[in-house]
Amino acid sequence: MSLVIENLSAAVDGKPILNGITLAIPAGEIHAVMGPNGSGKSTLSYVLAGRDGYEVTGGIATFEGHDILAMEPEERAAAGLFLAFQYPVELPGVGNALFLRTALNAIRKHRGEPELDAMQFLKVARERMRTLNMTDEMLRRGVNVGFSGGEKKRNEVLQMALLQPRLAILDETDSGLDIDALKIVADGVNALRGPNFSALVITHYQRLLNYIVPDRVHVLLDGRIATSGGPELAQRLEAEGYATIQAEAA
Amino acid sequence: MTAVRHTGAEGFLQRFEGLRARLPGRRLPWLEALREDAARAFRAQGLPTRRVEAWKYTDLRPLGEAGFEEALSSIDGGQALPAAHGGGARAVLVDGRFRADLSALDGLPYAAGSVAAALPGLEGRIGAVAPAAALPMVALNAMLFEDGLLLTVPAGVPGGVLDLLSLASGGARPEAFHPRHLIRLEAGASLTLIETAMGPEHDGTTLHNPIYEIEVAEGATLVHARLQQEGRQGFHLSAVHARVAAGGTYDNFTLVAGARLTRNEIHIALTGPGASAHMNGAQLLAGGQHADTTTYLDHAAPGCASRQTYKTVLAGRSRGVFQGKILVRQAAQKTDGYQMNQALLLSPDAEMNSKPQLEIYADDVKCSHGATVGEIDHGQLFYLRSRGVPEAQARSLLIQAFLQEAVEGVTDETARAALGAAVSGWWEREALA
Repeated sequence: MSLVIENLSAAVDGKPILNGITLAIPAGEIHAVMGPNGSGKSTLSYVLAGRDGYEVTGGIATFEGHDILAMEPEERAAAGLFLAFQYPVELPGVGNALFLRTALNAIRKHRGEPELDAMQFLKVARERMRTLNMTDEMLRRGVNVGFSGGEKKRNEVLQMALLQPRLAILDETDSGLDIDALKIVADGVNALRGPNFSALVITHYQRLLNYIVPDRVHVLLDGRIATSGGPELAQRLEAEGYATIQAEAA
Repeated sequence: MTAVRHTGAEGFLQRFEGLRARLPGRRLPWLEALREDAARAFRAQGLPTRRVEAWKYTDLRPLGEAGFEEALSSIDGGQALPAAHGGGARAVLVDGRFRADLSALDGLPYAAGSVAAALPGLEGRIGAVAPAAALPMVALNAMLFEDGLLLTVPAGVPGGVLDLLSLASGGARPEAFHPRHLIRLEAGASLTLIETAMGPEHDGTTLHNPIYEIEVAEGATLVHARLQQEGRQGFHLSAVHARVAAGGTYDNFTLVAGARLTRNEIHIALTGPGASAHMNGAQLLAGGQHADTTTYLDHAAPGCASRQTYKTVLAGRSRGVFQGKILVRQAAQKTDGYQMNQALLLSPDAEMNSKPQLEIYADDVKCSHGATVGEIDHGQLFYLRSRGVPEAQARSLLIQAFLQEAVEGVTDETARAALGAAVSGWWEREALA
């Protein structure tokens, strides 16, 4: 198993948001978590990545058998977990190239691989950027500073492509993307597909799942998995909305 | 005005009485009169107390209590000096005294040397830009200065890069020195002056009280970077007084990384149309350090531009101060003034005081200022950590990014590189320690 979540509960500012989530992603599979606004989708991604202020009140989460909830965020990343942010953070004054190289070298160091110097890094980065339709200019700017919504998301996928995680959590990566950018992002994820790569794709809409076809779909309602199914569940949600499932779950 | 009584001033005045018969230029009547005036002014004003508005946030009492004596230069030619930033041209002062034996000034296209050696010809030049009686720190310097850097770049000459190394040798007892630097760029001349102030190597108490009188003539450009990395028991009280004529540029960057207590005053007057001033700085403070940057920008002519970006990083129990005043006189139409000062608090015990001030008498001007005090952004820190960057390294990146804007404001590449290196050096020593 890649990711195992059992009865996970979490609160923000004392307010319960996750109320006992249980799901498991076998290695090599891509699972989607869909849900309406306020169902706890982003909270789930932040809890798994280890953001401050998200208090785990019960349950467990393991990645490849390790208790990730006990790890610092950088340890989770080093273990192979990657969160693609819904709202990628701007870092004015930190050049994107320096940022990407620092992150890549931190991960490489952890894997016992030699660090890349600026030239070696540039070669690797340019290769990945070409497939993502990104220009060198985006390496020179501050991280995400002055990037359009689509450029920010592509920069997230670039980071994922460089860091080669074994578990990617994509938090509404489709939001704010036009169809071309959506395809580029989906191609970036699909390129990583393989027996050693799993993903949790969090989304409000079914649209992304046309391009990243999931093995399983889970519906999140009020901080719980209300129902799970195959890719056809996403189609059904698209047609019927969340109301039917909300009624069934009630 | 009632005289301010302060025991701190007494010590300095006594030193003046004891030294005056031996100070350089003692037989020059104009200089003796200048020192007398300064002593009178200093006696009347005393060391400023926090009741004086301009000194509200900086307490000089520890200075008055230290009991300074004159410095005994003890650095000889055998000592290794820090590497130069420029092409090798170097002026060295030890304890405020020009040292020809340590300097490398041969073959330069301009004149650089000792103020003390040239005193008979300096009547009217000393005190021309920084009037002796105007400010207590200038008065203190005028009473007691022995030497300084005298530098004149002739019209149209590109002077390249000059390193100015200011070393404190330090002694068993608190030592004070008060160099007076006279820097003049004639029309169309240019120079990059990179000053490094350091020492003493042991924990001796020192007071470094340099005054700069700077004249930038029509169309001339002076880049002046000051890197202050003095010892932990140092007091650093400086004042830069600069006058910039039409079309001239004065670009000042001041890095404060050393000393226990620092006050840097920068007084710039833009006196001719189209003159510009860049004033950037970074204060990197830890432990119990206190640093105060106080700027006065006088827009006296039309069409001038000024840019100020000051950044302060505060760790430990440190205290930072920024006071910045922009005066736009009635004649100074089409003034473009900008001032920003930002502080990053790394510790709950650190404190920043800032006081921006605009005084505008012209009606067609663009003037803006801003001040922020904040902590490291948690969202940014988490973003970096979620990419595998360890917390300490992530903080380091964010602090350097915070300082970046001020360093980028420096127009000269050599100066910018020297500053960048000094900033990362500080971080590696202090914050990662």
